Amino acid sequence: MSTGDGATPGTATLGRRTPGLVPVTETMRTSERRAPEPPPAAAPEPPEPAARAMGAFWRLLGSELGLTFRRPRNLVMLAVLAMVPVVVGVALRAFGSGDDDMSGIVQDVAGNSLMLTFVSFSFLVLLLMPVAVSVVAGDSIAGEAGGGTLRYLLAAPAGRTRLLAVKYLNAAVYAYAVTAVVALSALVTGLILFPAGDVTLLSGTTISLGDGLLRIAVAVAYVGAGMAALAAVAVALSTFTEVPIGAIAGTMVLVIVCQVLRAIPELAVITPYLLPTWFTNFDAVLRAPIDMGALGEGLLAFGAYIVLFGSIAWARFSGKDITS
Amino acid sequence: MTTVTQEAGAPFGAAPPSGDAAIVTRGLTKRFKGGQVAVDALDLTVPRGSVFGFLGPNGSGKTTTIRMLLGLVAPTEGEYSVLGLPLGRALPKVGAVVEGPAFYPYLSGAANLMRFDAADPTARRATAARRIADALERVGLSAAAGKRYRNYSLGMRQRLAIAAALLGPRELLVLDEPTNGLDPQGTREVRALVKEIAADGTTVFVSSHLLAEVEQMCTHAAIMRTGRLVAEGTIASLNGGVVTRIRVETPDPAGAARVLTGLGLADVRAEGREVTAELGGHAPERINAALVGEDVAVRGLAVVRPSLEDVFVGLTGEGFDVDG
Ligand SMILES: Nc1ncnc2c1ncn2[C@@H]1O[C@H](COP(=O)(O)OP(=O)(O)OP(=O)(O)O)[C@@H](O)[C@H]1O
Ligand SMILES: [Mg+2]
Repeated sequence: MSTGDGATPGTATLGRRTPGLVPVTETMRTSERRAPEPPPAAAPEPPEPAARAMGAFWRLLGSELGLTFRRPRNLVMLAVLAMVPVVVGVALRAFGSGDDDMSGIVQDVAGNSLMLTFVSFSFLVLLLMPVAVSVVAGDSIAGEAGGGTLRYLLAAPAGRTRLLAVKYLNAAVYAYAVTAVVALSALVTGLILFPAGDVTLLSGTTISLGDGLLRIAVAVAYVGAGMAALAAVAVALSTFTEVPIGAIAGTMVLVIVCQVLRAIPELAVITPYLLPTWFTNFDAVLRAPIDMGALGEGLLAFGAYIVLFGSIAWARFSGKDITS
Repeated sequence: MTTVTQEAGAPFGAAPPSGDAAIVTRGLTKRFKGGQVAVDALDLTVPRGSVFGFLGPNGSGKTTTIRMLLGLVAPTEGEYSVLGLPLGRALPKVGAVVEGPAFYPYLSGAANLMRFDAADPTARRATAARRIADALERVGLSAAAGKRYRNYSLGMRQRLAIAAALLGPRELLVLDEPTNGLDPQGTREVRALVKEIAADGTTVFVSSHLLAEVEQMCTHAAIMRTGRLVAEGTIASLNGGVVTRIRVETPDPAGAARVLTGLGLADVRAEGREVTAELGGHAPERINAALVGEDVAVRGLAVVRPSLEDVFVGLTGEGFDVDG
């Protein structure tokens, strides 16, 4: 940016630079820069190899994940979620030990370390995990629009469908991270505070520790899918606003309204259509054998939500005027 | 000429007829929701290799036009073509600054550029670090590369936006008021940089309302008013629209006016101790000799060439009011 005509170098804040980026050297540098590019063809350029396009997609996803998992806000939410099983575990240990008439839940956990994971899930899937997922997914498009970076991403050009896919995958990865962090924290806390060993299931059957761990993995996969379905709702709302808090709050309101509707017995007929209804189905892994029907129904509901809200997001985002 | 679609990379129609134009628009119109016509049947041709000044009062539709060219906003009517390519293939060859800088405040300048580079599917990860260092160097930000964007001054932010536009080899630079917020030194540097880039053969499309700047920097210009094009052409041809005058400073205005009229100059006007007239094809030195020969004391003699400002004000009105 030097003028090369005797102008003084840049201002103090910007540091001193040697003037003299004269056009000639610049021309050379540009041609050098062009050298590694494919030879300029007179005919229309050959279509991009699919491998290259895939590589570019992963690069953008990597950039997105880097932003998400380096952002203090998102890490704090993961840390808070990791704390909950610890607090629950310590509380159960403190109030549960040495007591003869322990209530069911305390008995379950105190009896086996693995149960803390399921107890933690059953608390957290109702509100706290949805909050964390909504914050990241609701911010995805609206945050970029509000900050003005969306116009530069699209001019880059990120491509609208491609950017939306990256944003959704990123939110889904965060949804699984939330789920995994809760499970891991609960597992470690459980193993430290409570006896390990064979697990007694709801049905009274006893399974080995290894089988128990496998069932936790299945529960993580299932709950993560539920959170990823919620992320689809939040991403869709995110394409309708330039105010991220609007999309986040909107998703939270939907979750809470669903919980309220579920609690009204007269409305039992609509509960199968509400997303949060299916979050708690992870307890199917505590049956013997695993209740695959319940899990399958839940996954079908999650898939339907992802397809429906993914389509809404795409329809909205691909035709939207970016005026921020 | 291509019809416009939203998605970058979507199939376009036939190639535009004028292969040597970097930008062509035909009947380009944008009517925002609520009826605001921001751009009204714009026919613009930006020749390749030109430095094209895009002028207009506030609210005349410059930014809206640029947003349409970059695929951010869908035209209501009309069509356009950028570099004669489908938009998705053209945009990687276009560097853009749209309505000021917008970056991630919590990232450093270099990390911000890496983010936008990742969004470009044609940019290579392997060369990114070098291209980013080059771009920062060109705008004089090398020393501040590691500093968080949040802590950048206004001028540094503007420079970073220009650096982002220079990340790859570009055939077209679209700069929306690139000197906004820059100190005089920075303004000079941007002007020099634009000339330097143009010397490499890159077309530069620069919107501005700093007329002197456009006059110094550009080869061509177009003037907008309330969404309509009111003038377009080379700087010389635009200036040709306003006549060159001669101004004589003299204690004897009546005598001077008589001599000028006698020489056949048109539109002779005397104001105080100044007499002006249209120069036409007359040689100023002959006029001076005639004045002296007639014993009219000449204290000063000047040829007043029209500035772009005169053209601009002539076309858009004295008031320079916001168009709305
Ligand atoms: N999203 C929008 N909705 C409605 N009207 C809009 C929108 N964006 C811009 N406009 C209107 O379109 C007109 C042109 O705006 P634009 O931003 O293109 O002007 P401009 O020439 O870039 O002005 P400036 O020199 O101030 O940057 C203005 O009247 C503006 O109010
Ligand atoms: Mg503008």
